[in-house]
Amino acid sequence: MLIGENILLALNGLRANKMRSLLTMLGIIIGIASVIAIMTLGDSISKSVEDSMSSMGVNNITMGVSQKSTTTETTASGMTFSRGPRMAQLSEEDYINEEMLTDLLERYPEQITGFSLQESIGSGTIQKGSATASISAVGVNAENLESADLTLLAGRTLTERDQSEARRVALVSEHMVKNVFGTANVDVIGQTIDVLFHERYYTYTIVGVYEYEESEMGFSTSSSEETQTMLYLPLRTAREQTHNRKGYSQLTVLTSPETDTVSFCTTLETYMNSRYYSKNESFEIRTMSLESVIESMTEMLSSVSLAIAAIAAISLLVGGIGVMNIMLVSITERTREIGTRKALGAPNSSIRLQFITEAIVLCVIGGVLGILLGVGIAAIATNAMGYAVSPSVDGILLSVSFSAFIGVFFGYYPANKAAKLNPIEALRYE
Amino acid sequence: MEEKQTMIDLKGIVKRFYIGMPNELEILHGIDLQVERGEFVSIVGSSGSGKTTMMNIIGALDRPTEGEYHLDGVDVVHARDKELSMIRNQKIGFVFQTYNLISRTSALKNVELPMLYAGMRKKDRLERAQELLCMVEMKDRMSHNPDELSGGQKQRVAIARAMANDPAIILADEPTGALDSKTGRKIMDIFHRLNEEQGKTIVLITHSQELAEETGRILTLKDGEIIGERRGRGC
Repeated sequence: MLIGENILLALNGLRANKMRSLLTMLGIIIGIASVIAIMTLGDSISKSVEDSMSSMGVNNITMGVSQKSTTTETTASGMTFSRGPRMAQLSEEDYINEEMLTDLLERYPEQITGFSLQESIGSGTIQKGSATASISAVGVNAENLESADLTLLAGRTLTERDQSEARRVALVSEHMVKNVFGTANVDVIGQTIDVLFHERYYTYTIVGVYEYEESEMGFSTSSSEETQTMLYLPLRTAREQTHNRKGYSQLTVLTSPETDTVSFCTTLETYMNSRYYSKNESFEIRTMSLESVIESMTEMLSSVSLAIAAIAAISLLVGGIGVMNIMLVSITERTREIGTRKALGAPNSSIRLQFITEAIVLCVIGGVLGILLGVGIAAIATNAMGYAVSPSVDGILLSVSFSAFIGVFFGYYPANKAAKLNPIEALRYE
Repeated sequence: MEEKQTMIDLKGIVKRFYIGMPNELEILHGIDLQVERGEFVSIVGSSGSGKTTMMNIIGALDRPTEGEYHLDGVDVVHARDKELSMIRNQKIGFVFQTYNLISRTSALKNVELPMLYAGMRKKDRLERAQELLCMVEMKDRMSHNPDELSGGQKQRVAIARAMANDPAIILADEPTGALDSKTGRKIMDIFHRLNEEQGKTIVLITHSQELAEETGRILTLKDGEIIGERRGRGC
């Protein structure tokens, strides 16, 4: 007998017992839904994280001075917490200085392409007449500016000469221009602004205006006038202003694309600590790459997935037993039909195929409903967390074939029982 | 058609049931029966006479404990299960007292069923099923499900289904048993028509002497033995 006929027959049978079929499918639906939900969720999160991280630069290694710890606790998720012996203030020799950077660049010319450095000045206010704007000023070097990924709307970016001559120039946001000047972006180029930091005014010349992007994280609930935007200055300008001669407590090492950041992280850390910080009592160098963060995140997700998979497996097992049970009921109910079919010349194989098909159809429909439910749950969850949903195609294919397998596995015994019914007894069955 | 051809050839059929080892129950005690092509035979007997068991054996639903059975020249006793299915499919058309139509399945699909198992092509199946339903005057109700049909209509669909693969014999087990006399009459008329016009061999199993009288040959079964054989009016 043809497969198509069997499928139609099975659908017919399921339609006749809608409620029963649905209840039977419930185990499968829940099992598949949880698998799909967690897979989709996992995929969506790691994809979003990877996307946002690769835009920040997967090849970056963050290097920072951190307090030496006596006890280091590493949680299962890969995050490290340390408890210092005592709180110590960073003194001049604790910072990462220019010498060290030059040394690193000479030592690892293959891996290191540059350092992204910045000097934070802090919050300030721009005043012009009655208009004010809140800004956060930061001195950046060329590499850092590049990773900030700004879109220039007018003027130019900070140049090599701005940096080397420590010029008092700045890049401002269009948001600030709108609030303070209220004119076109082009018109403010070359104008000066007075910025108030801690009761002292500093004057900068605007050389460029960049496009202001609303923060994706959605933390800024303040009105547009209160929104603090960044003011980018040349690194040396900022350092002169803060009188910082010491060095950097944190910086980003840019590496070449071929570099394995995870292992290079360790290399850097070991080198820096043994070369410069071995005698330092309170501080050491810590490095971290985005890749290692992604890795630990993926690891965490996969352990969660494993737990969910175990729950799903139990649910699917229960669901499968439910299917088997309902198939046995269905076969008992239809004993006469089976007898009739046999009298009409149906071979055992046809009867077996008919009922296995029915079990498979039941399971696959359950599987499909489970997938829809799972994707729905994942969509709601990912939306709530602010990630983009990307349904796991592998998971969907796997689920459909797995539910079909459940159908075969749990449908075989009842189907075989039906196939082996004695036609005389089946026909006589009341 | 005139040349004699044995359709059913039963020789010394014995059927025993074993209900626990020491208790064996012999239902049929050596039945001999030959039915020629085109005959309309009825087997009459009260309940417990063994007529159902005999029908099961004739219908290749069951194997005899002893004896030989050839149906249209095919050895039934020594056939394997799969071959028995094929024999039932190709050589026998069953008509049951309780119709046994497949529920939630249209009359047309019911008639198509034996042809489906025979592996016939969809187009041919459909054509043949429509033709058969026209023959039993069920043309207007081909798409109806069994629960939308009356008893007489159901039995007519069942007869159309029995005819699907143009079987050697039609085996009717109390076909009018669940019908009122008027509807039963119509069903009997169809059997007569099939017998006369198409020369179908029909074996009718009944406990009604009245209906049996209409057939060509009447066999009386009692306690597992054929105790009487006479000619009926339909000869």
